[in-house]
Amino acid sequence: MKIPVVKDILSANDQVAAENRTVFDAANVFVANVMASPGAGKTSMILATAKHLPPEIRLGVIEGDVASSIDADAIAAHDIPVVQINTGGNCHLDAPMISKALTHLPLTEIQLLFIENVGNLICPAGFALGANIAVVVASVPEGHDKPYKYPGMFASADIVLLNKIDLIDVFEFDVLDFRRGVGLVNPEVPIFPICCRTGEGVDAWTEWLVEHIHAD
Amino acid sequence: MHELPVTQGILDVALTAAQQAGGCRITRINLVIGELSSIVDESIQFYFDILSRGTLAEGACMAIQREPAQATCQDCGFQWNVSIPLVPSCPSCQGHRFQVTGGRTFYVESIEVNDEDSSGEGYSERE
Repeated sequence: MKIPVVKDILSANDQVAAENRTVFDAANVFVANVMASPGAGKTSMILATAKHLPPEIRLGVIEGDVASSIDADAIAAHDIPVVQINTGGNCHLDAPMISKALTHLPLTEIQLLFIENVGNLICPAGFALGANIAVVVASVPEGHDKPYKYPGMFASADIVLLNKIDLIDVFEFDVLDFRRGVGLVNPEVPIFPICCRTGEGVDAWTEWLVEHIHAD
Repeated sequence: MHELPVTQGILDVALTAAQQAGGCRITRINLVIGELSSIVDESIQFYFDILSRGTLAEGACMAIQREPAQATCQDCGFQWNVSIPLVPSCPSCQGHRFQVTGGRTFYVESIEVNDEDSSGEGYSERE
């Protein structure tokens, strides 16, 4: 006997993600799920952005890592409230992990929460966390072909940050080819070139972010 | 590692459906998985065989139907099915302006159960 089901495989995760979102909305916290490959500059982007945020927008961070608290320590050194999640080998964060971490964050004291996902261009895109936006950080040394190889990740983005643009000449990075690749699966998504080392472009991206926080 | 939680999700959805149908043993799970979803069929069956032990789904086979992803060239209108990695230009006119749609679905379409074994004796649903 055949029984029709038609149910999303990750519906249990999606359910918890929706509950997380309810908690975020009730506390008036805007949440960005930051995804990228390892070394693209997720932590650097968070720290660079923190410098440009207006004083009325206070930041909190959830750090997802396979192991270690290296990134969380870097964030905490700037007096930003941070919670570390060690996934113990899991390649992505999921909604229940965020649900547990939330109890350790001062949600009533922050307006913006960055969730730094595990460095990986495949799995994190499949697991909703309850965030308002997905921020995908790509970086020049990874090469301009990444959108063609990881279309699922770039399709999931609400904004793409292209980091380390000071290295475009060194790596002979073809910005047009990169933009075309992103456009194949996500034609409307804004792409902001940034350099966390020099600060170039970080103000423009932060301005975009603040506008979206206020509009929410 | 991606396939492990995905497979757990498949098992949970299938077991819930089987319980609602009266606790029949599951013989087959029909899945629809998009071409761009980065899921390896063999890994799913491998993890499933381990995770389903002692459940109503033990020994069930997974039938995976791939949902294609389609590209449409905005210059010449040519349409073709794509897979990873995407090609940077249209195979017909070599233009760069095309859109990729579909290929990202990810669901349990149906399960098939053994009518004659509705008691589910000896099997219990896992947490």
